[in-house]
Amino acid sequence: MVNDHSALIMRWIWIDKFEKFEVNVAAVAVKNVSLAEDHLHDHFPGFPVMPASLMIEGMAQTSGILVGAARNFKEKVILAKIGKATFSRLVRPGEQIVYSAKIVNVNETGAAIEGTISVRTTVGGQPTEISVGTVDMMFSHIDNNMSGMKFPDFNFVFNSQFMELFETYRRELNVQLPTT
Amino acid sequence: MPMTQEEVFAKVKEVLTTALAVDDDEVTSQAKLSEDLGAESIDYLDIQFQLEKSFSIKIPKGELTPENLFTNPEYVQNGRMTPKGLAELKTRMPFADLTGFEADPDINKFRDVFTVDTLVKYVMTKVNT
Repeated sequence: MVNDHSALIMRWIWIDKFEKFEVNVAAVAVKNVSLAEDHLHDHFPGFPVMPASLMIEGMAQTSGILVGAARNFKEKVILAKIGKATFSRLVRPGEQIVYSAKIVNVNETGAAIEGTISVRTTVGGQPTEISVGTVDMMFSHIDNNMSGMKFPDFNFVFNSQFMELFETYRRELNVQLPTT
Repeated sequence: MPMTQEEVFAKVKEVLTTALAVDDDEVTSQAKLSEDLGAESIDYLDIQFQLEKSFSIKIPKGELTPENLFTNPEYVQNGRMTPKGLAELKTRMPFADLTGFEADPDINKFRDVFTVDTLVKYVMTKVNT
């Protein structure tokens, strides 16, 4: 008998690990890009590169968990606007993407995030980190939407996939959540 | 030194061209944020955050966009704002020109109250206190 909604959840997680997490301030997550992932064989055949759309998703997941933690995951945090997204470099298999999210503002209604994306790779055999792009985005706390629209009580945003990931690194990074 | 209305307008215009990706010349004083400049609900939060940053002000919840008015049966009946609701709205939004909405208080048209001038007048009350 499944008594939560985990069986209904599509596997959709585009970050592997949190490296830094400061509640209400900033978070850094990483994602290893691997040829074991199906999507790289289609994007593109013979020339696998990480899709920019999925890097936006990775930034949204990093940022969304950061915004969720600011209110102890009580709110349903939904990506509502991408103010800016610029990419200056392709990301290839074997490289590690670094998502850095900074909270610009957060209130009862939502939050604004400034994000930067870089990649850890090797150049001439030497490890290095190179800028990939910037993504600024906004999140809505949808239970507090202006129209008064109602949503289910169950927090369908912060499902077990996200919470298990967060819990793993919450202990390692000694993250203290707000009590309210 | 107090800011003039022209100075406030210039900065509000900057905020709107960034938040709504519109051209400078579209941001006229009487332009309606939703109908003319294409603002959606999340844009209002974006604009609020950017106004706070640009003018170093704090916009408390419900001050620029009034809350709990449209779900109150005393204030709204049959999709229209009652005289009592309009009186309450005037108290809550002294910075807004409500003339058009008073003439036809259909709540679906309430968003038309938010013009560029409404933002400028609101910001004026915050920066020159």
